[in-house]
Amino acid sequence: MNNPDIKQSREAEPQYPRAIDIVNRGLAKRYGKEQRFKIYGLTAVVLSLSFLALLFFTIFSNGYSAFFQTFVKLEVFFDPAFIDTDDPANSNFPGLVKKTLRDEFPEVKTRKEKKELYSLISSGAAFQLQKMIQQQPDLAGRTVTIRVPADDDVDMLNKGNITRDVPESDRRINDRQLAWIDKWAHEGKITKRFNTAFFTSGDSREPELAGILGALVGSILTLTLTLLLSFPVGVASAVYLEEFAPRNRWVDIVEVNINNLAAVPSIVFGLLGLAVFINFFHMPRSAPLVGGLVLTLMTLPVIIIASRVSLQSVPPSIREAALGIGASKMQTVLHHVLPLALPGMLTGTIIGIARALGETAPLLMIGMVAFIVDIPSGFTDPATALPVQIFLWADSPERGFVERTSAAIIVLLALLVVINSLAVILRNRFERRW
Amino acid sequence: MLTHKKYTREHRGTVGRIESDNPRMTCRSVDVFYGDKQAIIDVSIDIGRNEVIAMIGPSGCGKSTFLRCLNRMNDTIATCRVTGDIRLDDLDIYDKNIDVVPLRAQVGMVFQKPNPFPKSIYDNIAYGPRIHGLVSNKPEEDEIVETSLKKAGLWEEVKDRLNQPGTSLSGGQQQRLCIARTIAVSPEVILMDEPCSALDPIATATIEGLIDELREHYTIAIVTHSMQQAARVSQRTAYFHLGDLIEVGETKKIFTNPQHELTEDYITGRFG
Repeated sequence: MNNPDIKQSREAEPQYPRAIDIVNRGLAKRYGKEQRFKIYGLTAVVLSLSFLALLFFTIFSNGYSAFFQTFVKLEVFFDPAFIDTDDPANSNFPGLVKKTLRDEFPEVKTRKEKKELYSLISSGAAFQLQKMIQQQPDLAGRTVTIRVPADDDVDMLNKGNITRDVPESDRRINDRQLAWIDKWAHEGKITKRFNTAFFTSGDSREPELAGILGALVGSILTLTLTLLLSFPVGVASAVYLEEFAPRNRWVDIVEVNINNLAAVPSIVFGLLGLAVFINFFHMPRSAPLVGGLVLTLMTLPVIIIASRVSLQSVPPSIREAALGIGASKMQTVLHHVLPLALPGMLTGTIIGIARALGETAPLLMIGMVAFIVDIPSGFTDPATALPVQIFLWADSPERGFVERTSAAIIVLLALLVVINSLAVILRNRFERRW
Repeated sequence: MLTHKKYTREHRGTVGRIESDNPRMTCRSVDVFYGDKQAIIDVSIDIGRNEVIAMIGPSGCGKSTFLRCLNRMNDTIATCRVTGDIRLDDLDIYDKNIDVVPLRAQVGMVFQKPNPFPKSIYDNIAYGPRIHGLVSNKPEEDEIVETSLKKAGLWEEVKDRLNQPGTSLSGGQQQRLCIARTIAVSPEVILMDEPCSALDPIATATIEGLIDELREHYTIAIVTHSMQQAARVSQRTAYFHLGDLIEVGETKKIFTNPQHELTEDYITGRFG
């Protein structure tokens, strides 16, 4: 800057510093800020993604084994002595299973040993035999090789969750049982196959028989009712409040309360359902009907708020255009405003429904937490829901329920992914530009 | 915007002849309030049959507000209150028993920003006739779409792509589509609120030519910011200033020999 050549030219310039010099001086700081902000943002994204990945990894690594189940191949002689020819379905099938096992290991004599032997096979084996006889009564007197589910302890041993190096007293399978299992394994009778029962049966006390279908159907029934009630009511309320309601104090109060309801803890809705629907209206306990109503109440504010926002985002020029050629208020809303607002409303609804799908607390209050083996076939049947099933299984002490808990979470997550993708597809499908 | 300090906010009266020989709409002592604020003060004016009347004035002078009174578009603004007497062929349009739906079918409106529906060009035009039951079958609908587009001078440009969205047209075409949409319900009066403000000069020229042709069948009230446009398209001109109707008269007279000082200041470009 002390160069005399340019000093000449600088003197010709005004004395105050040029604006561009000040701008240049501040540039480094400005860009530095921008850079730092980007780094913060990126760190946050990476951090949350890695936590998500960790979550998925733990759940999948814990849960994928539940999709497989250990089976034992047994040669069953349908002994006519055990089978009631008049009423084959009422025969002594547990006895038949026990006899088959005794035949497999003739050396087992004492009562204690027998009990240990019987516990290797799931109690579901008897039902399996019963079903076979019901379908083919002529099986009596014949010998068939079938696969029956192993007990959950055998399953856990086969999956490596019970290890042999712990002392016998701490092991759920003693050395004698181990020897029998090894004999079966040696003969190639133990196989691990896809666990169809997990997707086709309801809950059970026995982990190897427990399935997700009951809870899945319960969830679907509950959410169907929620969707059917909350979408029309929510959209209608939003349209009324946004397009038709006069601006006065009462409407303001309604609006404030809707916003407040969106923030009410979900268990409070459960209490409300218990007090109003069950105690006052005497609706059935543990039923998807009540669950759906409670979740509707919970989802409504979310849908109303989302729908109003999307109605507000429709440009007023569209309303003016329709009114300007003499469309009535109703026609303006139905023909022009609603179609434009619908994608936003659908997104809001699906977000609300997805939240309802994961909701446990209100369902606990209305009794959807019960142990229910049957698969519900209607809105008034006792049922449970997926998140509640996860909660129940997570509470169970058997090692077999640990992997089933994770597997149920996988199913729940898959359902959520499906619902959310549906939201994206619907939105893209209906989205229109103006 | 400059305001003349020597004038107060009180009503200043109107210079010129407010009556028309053959009035279509008559407005007497119209006041408009937005809440407590008065936007239009005691405006009385006639809108003549088959004439184009231009409403000019600086921004915020109330000319758009007044125009929107003529088909009760101001009803959509909750705080807006209109008093006075506005008649369409002796029918008091602010009467309690008046239904705005047929009124707006009779008094159509074209807005400042082209606002086609996000539907096909065809549906944009056919929508009005459909809701009013003016068409009962497809051939009638086709015909009304074609004649409306022809009247709006858009037919040749869009006849091969009637199924494309109206929003895919250029700005000038969109505005002509909006005019065609308004014409399609066969209104008797067309209100235009700065219809060319979002358009380039070529599109503006097309629309101005169109307005001139439409005059044959319709009564047109146009609000404009451009004095040249007012001079080109209108037969009568009304000059608004801060909610007052200052001067009404034949367009030629207003632009060559304004009576009121404010009008003169405005049209000579001293403010506005």
